[in-house]
Amino acid sequence: MNAVASMQGLSVASIATGAEIIRNVSLTLARGEILGLVGESGSGKSTLGLAFLWHTQKGLMRRGGTVSLAGSALATLDAKALSRLRGRVMTYVPQDPARALNPALRIGAQIRDVIALDRNNTATGDQRLSELLGEVDLPHDSAFLRRYPHELSGGQQQRVVIAMAFACRPAFVVLDEPTTGLDVTVQKRILATVKDLCRTSGSAALYVTHDIAVVAAIADRVGVLYSGSIVEIGPTAGVLRAPVHPYTRSLLAAVPTATPGESLAGIPGRAPLPDQRPSGCAFHTRCAVSEARCAGELPQRSTPTHERSVWCWRAEDGVAANVPRASASVHERRAPAHRAGVLSVNALTAYYGAVAAVRDVSFSIARGEIMALVGESGSGKTTVSRCVVGAHSAYVGSIAIDAEELPHSAGKRSTLQRRSLQYVFQNPYAALNPRRTIGQTLLQWARVLCDDTAAEYKQRIATALERVGLETRYLGRYPDELSGGQQQRVAIARALVSDPAFLICDEITSALDVSVQATVINLLSTLCRDTGLGVLFITHNLPLVGSVAQRVAVMRAGRVVECASTVDLFRHPREAYTMQILQDSPSLSFLGTVNRE
Amino acid sequence: MHTETQKPGLIVSAGHSDAEPRSALARLLLEAARLRRFQIGMALTLLILGLALLGPLAAPSSPTAFVATPFAMPSLSFPFGADYLGRDVWSRFLCGGLSLLLISMPATLIGVGLGMAAGITAAMFKSSWTEAGMRLLDVLLAFPQVVLALLFVTILGPRPWLLIGVVALAHFPQSTRVLKGAASDIVERDFVKAAQVIGMPQSRILFDEVLPNVSGQLLVELGLRFTYSIGIIAALGFLGFGRQPPNPDWGLMISENKVALLFQPWGTLLPVIAIAVLTVGVNLVADALGRVTARISARMEQA
Repeated sequence: MNAVASMQGLSVASIATGAEIIRNVSLTLARGEILGLVGESGSGKSTLGLAFLWHTQKGLMRRGGTVSLAGSALATLDAKALSRLRGRVMTYVPQDPARALNPALRIGAQIRDVIALDRNNTATGDQRLSELLGEVDLPHDSAFLRRYPHELSGGQQQRVVIAMAFACRPAFVVLDEPTTGLDVTVQKRILATVKDLCRTSGSAALYVTHDIAVVAAIADRVGVLYSGSIVEIGPTAGVLRAPVHPYTRSLLAAVPTATPGESLAGIPGRAPLPDQRPSGCAFHTRCAVSEARCAGELPQRSTPTHERSVWCWRAEDGVAANVPRASASVHERRAPAHRAGVLSVNALTAYYGAVAAVRDVSFSIARGEIMALVGESGSGKTTVSRCVVGAHSAYVGSIAIDAEELPHSAGKRSTLQRRSLQYVFQNPYAALNPRRTIGQTLLQWARVLCDDTAAEYKQRIATALERVGLETRYLGRYPDELSGGQQQRVAIARALVSDPAFLICDEITSALDVSVQATVINLLSTLCRDTGLGVLFITHNLPLVGSVAQRVAVMRAGRVVECASTVDLFRHPREAYTMQILQDSPSLSFLGTVNRE
Repeated sequence: MHTETQKPGLIVSAGHSDAEPRSALARLLLEAARLRRFQIGMALTLLILGLALLGPLAAPSSPTAFVATPFAMPSLSFPFGADYLGRDVWSRFLCGGLSLLLISMPATLIGVGLGMAAGITAAMFKSSWTEAGMRLLDVLLAFPQVVLALLFVTILGPRPWLLIGVVALAHFPQSTRVLKGAASDIVERDFVKAAQVIGMPQSRILFDEVLPNVSGQLLVELGLRFTYSIGIIAALGFLGFGRQPPNPDWGLMISENKVALLFQPWGTLLPVIAIAVLTVGVNLVADALGRVTARISARMEQA
């Protein structure tokens, strides 16, 4: 195999604690190959991407291992030689293009700077520039080149950064979540562009992401990273269709596949921090099939199939099979709404100043039902939710619970009305006061919303915590002592303290890892079934909707373009726009097909 | 001296103790106490505060008695020699810090306290009125602090309450701006919006949601303004508008003995060193608190 880039036994550790962020990782990439590296937050995937470019972030140090690139060992090079390679032979595409581009320089000047690095370039700079812009699908007229980064859309900015990364036809590119934060349609086109560029320039690429579905769309091979170690690596289709490592299996079971009614299975517990890693296999404390050996020794590499490597003691036993992809459907589980009540939104048109951000939106939610409101960024879905809870009062139309119309602003609504309609925010860490314990926060909500005795407050808090599956010992903790999933549970518990009839959830899983997302989604479904809670679930993630909602409204540019039951919408979308985002959403739907057959 | 801070009981962060929850402020201080710069800063600050507070009790002779020849060299009985009138430098030094602290501490507390009240109110109830008020404060801010103080003191005479008042007034606009900036970030955060949406009274939002989240910046501001207070008051003392002779005072000592700086420097040097050490110490403490505040916020996001 003609390896272009290879990393052997590399470890990266924290200088302060000595804990290893990356543990003894070896990877090899062939010419033109795209290796997808999947890992949840804290797995060390970004650190690994940078370490492959022989760079360590502040506070970290390399501990053993080598990287060789296009035949030269990076360890033997001095700083000057390394910097000659960077931008030319090895390049990097970061997550946020807005921060990667110099805001004070025109786009054209920034791209030309990189082209000038290429000494093998026979064509003139301008020829290469127009060729490059064509390759990344950007206009190459001079007006465009004279723009500044802030005058471009997020997708265009990322194309510029990608153009710069591929300008010198590098041997090796590291892309660190380049499409996170972009809409699915834009994401799909950027993935296609990256794939084309790798093929035409023969560059090997390491594509780092948290999103398995993206890897399915772009990578030739995929490596799964857990707590600083590769646990499984092999050809993409093989790994995704027939995963061997229990972590890979659990992760896949947590990814929504745009199948109406499918259930997601989360992974219990949380990934260990580098300095609190258990002995033996780092995953054994969360693993359903672990045995004594897993806690004792680090698993050895095994090769169950051709080109596949797995680090799991039980890989050869084949026991890891049958990690459940639960089949109970949300539709079957749906209990009749045992408490009457309907939240209805009628002809809602909301304004920011004179601009209508939302036009003529109508829908209703019954108790015990989850309705999803789906749209890309800027579609007005958050504005709708803010109107419903009374945080945005500049609107016409009506919002009513049963027949009782609610005043526009939260301040004018009665305590009873505020009690029955609660809101959960996107980022739990922004929505919880970092200076108050969980108990203080919950008590405060109970006090403001309910006029009870101290004993009743205590009871309410205990019930709310129990419903979200947290123990009472968390009451004395501060939010920063909890994991992201636990923080979001606390935020949901806070909303449940007043025993509301309806819950408005605004992108509540988008800041969470997929394995955690699945547990939060299951929690919501259970709450609806058991307590008759009605939920408005706002999201940009269409595949996820299949696992959550009974009905879906799709929003575009401030209007609802299609509203249907989840089954109908996924099987027979009527609007072209719905069809398009269904197609563009990266998904593992082929897995669902495999399982069903 | 640093070993005792490593006791397990003091380690707060990821330890997940199930013990009684600590108040947010106690948690901040406990975490800061583990930083070396906090320990050093606290040691320096306490050293000078101790000297200033307990010094008068330990002074070997009266600070106003003439005990030696003017500018007498250090000797066994007078370890730092005598000042320009032949008084014991060491005794005057030990007695001269208290007045400085008695004026700078209340001045800082009043100035920063008013600034906090005004700043947080302006951030929470943002309107054209509060904005107009902020611009008025900018005018005050443009006025040099020492000149402002001198103006009042020359008209009304060097009285302690007046010194406290003018120094507090000098701090007020700056503290208002800093705390308004800090609180403006907080009032935009989701947890404040969440509290507003459920109809929590504004006063509760102010005290329970906003105030605890600016406590870090508040402590930093207090530390910083305290060192500025010492600077202004020592400067006024040096200019002769602080405590009047023959009373001992660090600022006054510097100005009285400056002529002998080359051959009997102790009368000038001792108060200068004390003020410098106190300033550095308080700044280190303030810096440690600032770092810990930032760290707690950062931990929230990576959880």
